[in-house]
Amino acid sequence: MVNVIAEKCRGCTKCVKACPFSAITMEGKLAVIGPSCTNCGVCVDVCPFNAIEKTDEETRTVDISAYHDVWVFAEQRDGKLMGVSIELLGEGRKLANDIGCKLCAVLCGENVDHLIDELFAYGADKVYYANKPELKTYNTDAYTKTIYEAIAKYKPEIVLLGATHIGRDLGPCLAVKCGTGLTADCTKLDIDPEDKKLMQTRPAFGGNLMATIVCPRHRPQMSTVRPGVMAKPQRDDSRKGEVIMLNPVFKEGDIRTKVLEIVKSVTEHVSLTDADVIVSGGRGLGGPEGFDLLRQLAKKLGGVIGASRAAVDSGWIDHAYQVGQTGTTVKPKLYIACGISGAIQHLAGMQESGYIVAINKNENAPIFEIADYGIVGDLYKVIPAIIEELDKLEASVV
Amino acid sequence: MRIIVCAKQVPDTNEVKIDPVKGTLIREGVPSILNPDDANALEAALTIRDQNPGSTVSVISMGPPQAMYMLRECLAMGADDAYLLSSRAFGGADTCATSTTLAAGIRKLGKFDLIIGGRQAIDGDTAQVGPQLAQRLGIPVVTYVQKIREIKDGKVIVERQLEDGFEVIEVKMPCMLTAVKELNTPRYMTIGRIEEAFTKTITVWNENDVGLRPESCGLKASPTQVMRSFTPPPKGKGEMLTGTIPEMAAALVKKLSEKHVI
Repeated sequence: MVNVIAEKCRGCTKCVKACPFSAITMEGKLAVIGPSCTNCGVCVDVCPFNAIEKTDEETRTVDISAYHDVWVFAEQRDGKLMGVSIELLGEGRKLANDIGCKLCAVLCGENVDHLIDELFAYGADKVYYANKPELKTYNTDAYTKTIYEAIAKYKPEIVLLGATHIGRDLGPCLAVKCGTGLTADCTKLDIDPEDKKLMQTRPAFGGNLMATIVCPRHRPQMSTVRPGVMAKPQRDDSRKGEVIMLNPVFKEGDIRTKVLEIVKSVTEHVSLTDADVIVSGGRGLGGPEGFDLLRQLAKKLGGVIGASRAAVDSGWIDHAYQVGQTGTTVKPKLYIACGISGAIQHLAGMQESGYIVAINKNENAPIFEIADYGIVGDLYKVIPAIIEELDKLEASVV
Repeated sequence: MRIIVCAKQVPDTNEVKIDPVKGTLIREGVPSILNPDDANALEAALTIRDQNPGSTVSVISMGPPQAMYMLRECLAMGADDAYLLSSRAFGGADTCATSTTLAAGIRKLGKFDLIIGGRQAIDGDTAQVGPQLAQRLGIPVVTYVQKIREIKDGKVIVERQLEDGFEVIEVKMPCMLTAVKELNTPRYMTIGRIEEAFTKTITVWNENDVGLRPESCGLKASPTQVMRSFTPPPKGKGEMLTGTIPEMAAALVKKLSEKHVI
């Protein structure tokens, strides 16, 4: 255990700078050791006043029994809840039931009170709500400070975040502040029936290897979860719960980045994770105009278009359409892969689809390995033929 | 300006193949490369250096001794010096422990203005080490940087990529940025630079050199542990449709419609 001897500390901040874990902060003229301290003792050596002592106890372990409840970061943008946060409430409910604890949501924003009832409707028992102008849009420092302080005060045992561009920024910052671990991009979460530990499963090597990860001695156990992987729960507007206000105080220097502007992409809105049908194109399209044909088919099926990394890298389509390990993970009812060879990174992002149809000139393309139905042929001939058949089907129904 | 680039040597996952019989990974013969996002980070640093005379670019990495090859590649692209944090004590590190070690190495390097790293490495895809490192060093971080607009008066203005657009963010230096591939196109190594790269010394540091105790590094300092890893069960083989194109199209629509998919 490392302690600061208050009478000897002169507030020189040498220990703050030397701490490899950023565990020391200054409170006025006094160094204070925070929860991310690992007893490494670097501060003991650098202190010129011998004001820090290390007592040889057993290695510090967090009292994990002090931590309760499952928390979900309720990510909102422009006052709208992100789909992944709703999915996490569904998953969080399952985990909370298995542990026998409460499910809570943490909501940050400015005047987003209308989301509280929505969070209850999707299963939250409690909502921790911070309503501040500084939290109107996502900001790393402001959100980290707010949620870290809430975690330190209320001690959740599990914290789940969506693996969005925001969740993947906030998660790591929070984990370091809390001195705990974080597992990225989980696709499966379970509770160990014996010791109630969170078992976090994530793909590695493009989904060809799965790893189950635990965080046995630190709390909270934190995961980011890929959007589109977990099922959304049923909405029940009769559900109610408890609201607990968080009141972060922001001082000068607490928020070190300034968002000057938010630019929405001018391209059509792509909601790959919500689509039932995705018609996706790859290198085999040969050029950007191929997507016009895919759009026709997608429209016919009430779906949207997607793309492989090869098509995005060729500059044929915006990266917002990219399906795969570095793009979006999708799980539509029907996925039609056109001119996509099926690199493992792509497969990792779509192999959970209900039905997979592959259209490719090359009969040896790996995509056929995972396809439910495969057609070897020129997509510029095959797709118009499919559209024609769909027209016939429509005509027969009417 | 002093710019530090964080780089990682990774297996080229594009070259990873699956054993068609066993369904397992074939790791043998997979080449090791400079992580692609880190190449974008290095390119950004070199561009800034070229525009700001008197600036330097240092590359730092944590990894086994063979990561030297990757660091030579960074030198051959134009980095001024390179540092490798290498020790058995660093082995088995999760992102939390990795960021501790990198932070210790960077503290030893001394004052800096900017740290740039790749958003994520292709072997783990976590995107965690960059922001964790910034937290440990107590500096602000902007992740997913797709454009560096301006560096002026000790501030950087960048574009941060979002799923549906981007944000324009102003941040004071020193700070950390993580690069996405849209940021730039990494330059090639030149013959002259490759030769020069082999005349330079790559500094290797272990835990003692950077003031860490062995229990603060690697597996021992990793809160997360791999409980087990396994190959996902392979999906049953699908059906290849046959016949002429109109026949195959008709068969497909019939099957999908029978299964109520469409």
